[in-house]
Amino acid sequence: MSNSMIIGQYVPGTSLIHKLDPRTKIVIIFFYVIVVFFANNVLSYGLLTTFVIITIISTFIPLRFIIKGLTPVWFLIIFTFLLHLFLTKEGPVLFEILSIKFHLGGVIQGLVISLRFCLLILMTSLLTLTTTPIEITDAIESLLHPLKKVKFPVHELALMMSISLRFIPTLMQETDKISKAQASRGVDFRTGPLKERMKAIIPLLVPLFVSAFKRAEELAMAMEARGYQGGEGRTKLRELTYRKKDLFIFILFICVVALLIYVRS
Amino acid sequence: MNPIVEFNNVSFHYGEDGPWILKNCTFSIKGNESVAIIGHNGSGKSTIAKLMNGLLFPQEGEVYINGKLLTEESVWEIRKDVGMVFQNPDNQFVGATVQDDVAFGMENRGIERKEMEIRIEDALEAVKMKEYRLTEPHRLSGGQKQRVAIAGVIAISPKVLILDEATVMLDPKGRTEIMETIGHLQKEKDLSLITITHDLHEVMKVERVIVLNKGEIWATGTPREILKNGSELQKIGLDMPFLIELSQELKDLGVNVLNEPLTTEEMLEELWILHSKM
Repeated sequence: MSNSMIIGQYVPGTSLIHKLDPRTKIVIIFFYVIVVFFANNVLSYGLLTTFVIITIISTFIPLRFIIKGLTPVWFLIIFTFLLHLFLTKEGPVLFEILSIKFHLGGVIQGLVISLRFCLLILMTSLLTLTTTPIEITDAIESLLHPLKKVKFPVHELALMMSISLRFIPTLMQETDKISKAQASRGVDFRTGPLKERMKAIIPLLVPLFVSAFKRAEELAMAMEARGYQGGEGRTKLRELTYRKKDLFIFILFICVVALLIYVRS
Repeated sequence: MNPIVEFNNVSFHYGEDGPWILKNCTFSIKGNESVAIIGHNGSGKSTIAKLMNGLLFPQEGEVYINGKLLTEESVWEIRKDVGMVFQNPDNQFVGATVQDDVAFGMENRGIERKEMEIRIEDALEAVKMKEYRLTEPHRLSGGQKQRVAIAGVIAISPKVLILDEATVMLDPKGRTEIMETIGHLQKEKDLSLITITHDLHEVMKVERVIVLNKGEIWATGTPREILKNGSELQKIGLDMPFLIELSQELKDLGVNVLNEPLTTEEMLEELWILHSKM
């Protein structure tokens, strides 16, 4: 079980997007999410869609991974589409079923909102598909660095994130072990009414928490023994460096944004 | 030669009025010496380890490391000289990958990045884990994780390496790996080695053994000297290695085993000599 486990959805690769500095990716996505709401006509949506499709193609990630990223939000997309379809009463009536009138405005509005959703989700999932969790942690630490001036515990936050990531597989193995141990004592996790199954989780969670606390205590001691005394005066092995390709991608993105502002009505 | 670790009448207890865990312990360990501290559970052996790098402070007596008195102020200096490997391989692995974990101690000490790269290479070479440099911890065995922990310690080039029951949670294969790694390190590096254990198998190779019983030093001596008192050791709750038990039994049967044999070869030698006398 443990050997096939990959944390997050990272798909290894060597494309330009994979090799970008994670900070570049995060900053671009941050502005992209704002920019998506600027689009307001066919041309601007067309531009954004082309941009997203080109980005997806340039990562060389198999399409099934990208579609997998959309699965948790399918329901939301369809739901909002239907909502607009039923509730927007604008434009000429297209057709009528069981005396409910469907307007052209509703169809268009529904399509536009769904497209916007897809554009947002696809781009943000590209971040986690092409960046390892630890790179994202490093990038967040680096980007939040200015907040240190207002006493925001940036280093501690990043350390917490990276230790959590490191312990996810360990705790999953442990959960597996405990659930087998409890199953052998007759706890039934799989059948029965929902309420019963929820109750069966308790004998799983209690030992898991107890051992997690014990681990935390031992880890803290080991870290102290290894000379950890907070972020002050600490050097880092993993270093992020901006390269020419980051600048190139930035300029490209700014061009896309400028073009978008130009074509929007 | 100046002692690298010196305990001077050290006593320790937890809390305000807990029972004494250590009582008037006085001993010293020289540079490059390999010492085993053995004792049953609750004999205070792990407390001694924690006192050596300031995870705990004694209520009475003084601890000197490399000539420096252990105090709240000097504790960070002292931790530079004392590296520790703990019992649970999982709960001391901080980094996301092997190289991140080896770097952790160096990062804490503000070592330059280029220097870190070189030292990671050397340290992983020393524990024979070089090809695992970018591996995540959950893909490693317990023995491999402990070797990474040892690499993390030797990367900061300490003067003392303490193994606090470092092999207890490992399978026999992992245990052998660690014992080999340590034997190798002792020859190569300039450091004192302190093994804390309740397993008498691990004391065969050290130069000196300190036996603890109920917080007091019960005996010190070479492994041979200590293991001679087999039955006494069993009384204070320590397990005898098979060879020692065998020679004990032989003695009881009236077969005279002269030298206390510590290895299979030595035992063979003894038996062979005995036969030829008969």
